[in-house]
This record gives sequence, C-alpha cells and structure tokens, in this order.
Amino acid sequence: MNPHLEATGTRVRRPLWTDRSRTIRLLAAVAGIVLVVLAASTLGSYPVELITQVLIYALFAMSLDLLVGYTGLPSLGHSAYFGVAAYAAALCSLKLGLPFWCAAPVGLLAAVVTALLFNLIALRTARGYYLMITLALAQVLWSIAVSWTDLTGGDNGLSGIARPVIGRPLEGAASYLWFVALVFTVSAMAMWRIVRSPFGQALKGIRENEPRMRALGYETWRYKLVASLLAALFAGIAGECFLYLNGFVGPSSLAVALSAQVLLMVLMGAAGTLFGSMIGAAVFVVLQNIVSSYTDRWLFVMGAIYVLFALYAPAGALPWLRERWARYRNSVGGNT
Amino acid sequence: MSFWLINALNGLSFAMVLFVLSAGLTLVFGLLRIINMAHGSFYLLGGYIALSVIQASDHFMLGMASACVAVMLLGAAMQRWTLARLHKQELPQSLLTLGFLFMFADLAFWIWGGNPQLVPKPAVLEGAIRFAGIAYPAYRLALIGIGVLVAVLLWALLEGTRIGAVVRAGMDDEEMVRAMGINIPLVFTAVFAFGAGLAAMGGVLGGPLLGLFPGADFEVAMLAFVVVTVGGLGSIRGAFIASLLVGLADNFGTAWFPQLSLFTAIIPMVIVLALRPSGLMGRA
Repeated sequence: MNPHLEATGTRVRRPLWTDRSRTIRLLAAVAGIVLVVLAASTLGSYPVELITQVLIYALFAMSLDLLVGYTGLPSLGHSAYFGVAAYAAALCSLKLGLPFWCAAPVGLLAAVVTALLFNLIALRTARGYYLMITLALAQVLWSIAVSWTDLTGGDNGLSGIARPVIGRPLEGAASYLWFVALVFTVSAMAMWRIVRSPFGQALKGIRENEPRMRALGYETWRYKLVASLLAALFAGIAGECFLYLNGFVGPSSLAVALSAQVLLMVLMGAAGTLFGSMIGAAVFVVLQNIVSSYTDRWLFVMGAIYVLFALYAPAGALPWLRERWARYRNSVGGNT
Repeated sequence: MSFWLINALNGLSFAMVLFVLSAGLTLVFGLLRIINMAHGSFYLLGGYIALSVIQASDHFMLGMASACVAVMLLGAAMQRWTLARLHKQELPQSLLTLGFLFMFADLAFWIWGGNPQLVPKPAVLEGAIRFAGIAYPAYRLALIGIGVLVAVLLWALLEGTRIGAVVRAGMDDEEMVRAMGINIPLVFTAVFAFGAGLAAMGGVLGGPLLGLFPGADFEVAMLAFVVVTVGGLGSIRGAFIASLLVGLADNFGTAWFPQLSLFTAIIPMVIVLALRPSGLMGRA
C-alpha cells in the first residue's frame, strides 16, 4: 500500500508475540510507569503536573486511536466525549451534590450516550465524511456550552469541583498523579486487550477492507458503533481525570482545537499502535510546554506540524523513523 | 406576522451567505475529492482583507474584488504546491488543510487582533426599506438577490460553458478527461482557487452581518459542512436547497431557543442523513 514501507520488508520478522515476551513487556511497561511516577514525585510540583497531563492526554490519544488507527474512522469530534464526561460529572457534583462514586460513572455514561447519538448520525455516511460530521456535531456541543450560561457557566465554565477521596483526599499533586497512573494503567491494559481480541482483529479488518468484511458476514456497522462507544468511554475517563486535576471544566474541553490536538498526537506517534499514540501524546505535551514558553504562536506551530506530517509522514513518526533507520542501515552496508 | 416575516428574511439572507460559501466547498469536493477543512479560513481571510481595503479606500466593491483575488491566489498556491502532492489521499489531504486552518487562524489573530469587527456595508445599502408594515435592512434584502444571482451564474457556468463541461466531466471520470488531452492538474488548481474565491466572497458578504472574529472560521466551516452533507457533496443545486434549510432552521432556532444555538442548524442534517445518507442531490 505504502511504497515507503517496502524498505522494512527485507528484515526477517521474529515471532514477537510469544506468551512469555508478552508478559515480560507488560511487566516492563507497568514497572516503567511506576518508576517514572516515583521519580517524578521526588521532583517539584511542575514535573508532577506535567507527567499527570501526559498520562491523561496519552489515555485520550489511545482512546482516539481505537477509532482512527484500528477502525479507520478519523474523528475530529473526539473532544465531545472528553468534555461531555467532564461537564456531566461536574454538574452532578455541583448541582446535585452527588459524591465522586456516583458523579464519575454518570459522566462516563453521558459520554457513551453522546457517542451513540453522534455515531447513529455519522456512521450513516461514507467514511470520508466522518471527519466533517463529527466536527460539526462536536461544534454544536461547544456552542451549547458557551451559550447556555445558566447550566454550563458559559465561557467561565464550572469550577470548584473537589478531587475524589480514596482512603484519603487526593489533594497533593503527587497523590493525584498516583491515582491517574493507576487509572491510566488499568485503562491502557483494557484497551490492549480489546485490540488484541477477535473483536479488535475484526476492527482492523474493517479498516483494511470493509466490503470484504461485510462479505464475510460481519455486520461492520455494529462493530464500528461499538468501537466508537468504547473510544468514548476511555475518552470520558481521560476527561474526568482532567476535570479533577484542575477542579474546573470550560468550553475549551469541548473545542475543535482539542480534537485536532488529540488527533495530531495519534498521528505523531503512529496510528494503529496504542504505544505510538502514547509516545505521540508525551512528545506533544512536552513540545507544547516548550514552544509556549518561547512564543504565543503555538496554534501556528501546531498547524505547521500538521502540514509537515501530512506531507512527509502521513503514517506517523514511528514508521517514518523506522524507514529512515532501515535506509541508514542499508546505506552503511551489509557489514554489520 | 411580522415575527415570521422578519425571521424568514433573516434566515434567507443568512442562507445566501451560506450558499456562496458552501458552493465553493461542494465544487472543490466534487472535482478534487478534497474535504477542505481550511474553507472557513478562506471565508475569514476574505472578510478581513476586504475590511482592511475598505477602511483604507472606502470602496466596498474594491474590497470585495481584492479579497477574492488575494484568496484565490492563496488557494491556487496551496493546491499547487501542497495538496497536489497528495492527490487522491483523502485523509492526509484533510489533515493538511486542517493544519492550514490553524496556521491561518493564528495569522489572522496576529494581524487583525481578537476583537470582533464588522465589515462596513456599501453606502447605497446603508438604510432600511419599508414594506408590508416592517422596516427591513436594505443590505439583507440585497444579499438575497446576490445569492440568487450567484446561484444562477454558477449554474450557467457549469451547464452552459466549455470549462463547465470539463469540470463536470472531471467529476465523473478524471482519467477519461485526462486522456482527452485536457490539462486536468490546471483545472484542479483553477477550481480550487475558484472555490477559495467563493469562500472569500462569502466572508465579504457575511462580514457586515455576522462580523469577523477568531473562531468565525470554525463556525462557518461547520455550517458549510452541514450544508454540503445535506445537499449531497458535489452538488451545487443541493447546496442551494440545503443552505435554505440550514439558514432558516438556524435562524428560527436561535429566535426560539437562544441557549441551544447551532443545535437547530443540524436538525436538517439529522433528518436528511436518516432518510438519504448521500444527501438530497448526492450520487451514492
């Protein structure tokens, strides 16, 4: 399909997915997260907050990757689920006085119901239009959040949402980071299981060749709908983590800019690999922090990155690097 | 009674701005198969350029002409040097235009600032016209006329001229048009530029009504997406009918439920997609 990938085809593929290596990788990943969190919590509050953000955005990006990378549905309305979960949970605790254990599931339910409504509409059209329709639908929610001031607080958003109490209140930055790291690990493992399951394989089949999957007897529409509901669920989890991190939710959590950011995170790594989305999110958040400290033109830089990726590395940075590496290895010659 | 008349006229004049904008989007999609995310940027840039020229020269028409020409050149350059390299790769093309959307949004914010600004109306259309017991702004009435005129001209251009025939043939079978010895890459660039120019014209026409502000690009682009989805991608006739539906739905919706703004604008889309997934005039 992509002529650039041929260079890697010459390598001998080892069977990577033996049971033992899978367990080792999983343990290594968990240990890695624990180490990073431990190291971070000894540093000041800035790195702790930064790593918390990275984990939240990584979770958000991985949830979008279920759609973009695995199912082949490019969504530009993914912030809708992130924002709806945050708004719903915030409203439950502010207006109804519900505790965390009630408000959080209600928020997730709201995100999934939103996804159900959106996709009943968006999945009726051909694949190319999905981007456009999800954008339009998400923009409607954003505009409601801005204009229905009685309910949503308008541009000021909703503030004063307390962090959950688990044994003890998660007030400190480091204790909240532990909470987010736990949520992230559990969610990431769940997504990992999903993409490795027969259901996940069917999604990949739909991505590669939907008519053939349909001919094989798969009701592809139903698979796409379930994939989008799952993606919304995990996006909602990320949204709520973000809500409790700041104690605040505003219209920017529903904005197109956020959807575009998270899509860029997925594409910066490599769509169709959860790990790539995680790396993409980390690079993106760090890059955004660095660029924003030098200039106010972050939006411009983000647009430029989009253009460069679309032109030179549409499959993502990891495949691009892999291809460069293969080319370099070939040019150095076969004496290694 | 006057509530209905005024809101219907408001809806119609808004629908005409939407039509001029969406016609460009649907034309570009029909021929080049690009969903141009930056279409709203062309609208915003067109409006801003016209604003600056009008403020400097005091001529509305001069502002409109320079905005259209400048944005057409920008569109031509964008298509020729970036989009053409990704021919027929739908997702990378959409992402590329999305990148341009952000770059243009930030540039416009940098140059023209963040405060909402209105494009001055042409002096002749400043006042109101009295009829049927209401006084109605002359500019909005003129917009309705201009919208219909643009629709007729576009229809005549596509159906009645040689270049229109080439474009229609390109929509159906690009390879065949190429085989007939027509320089289709040039036609692509021209049509993309033309679509950008239509968006700029929409920005100039809508500028005195809706104002120009950061985020207006997203707002109108979203409405244009709804319009072309309802009308059927690639169909000018569909875009006209859909503009009327969306314009009226949005106007009456905002009059009745101000907190649910934009929500009513997508109701035509929901209904049409439920009944005809390819849009009113779309070919499957």
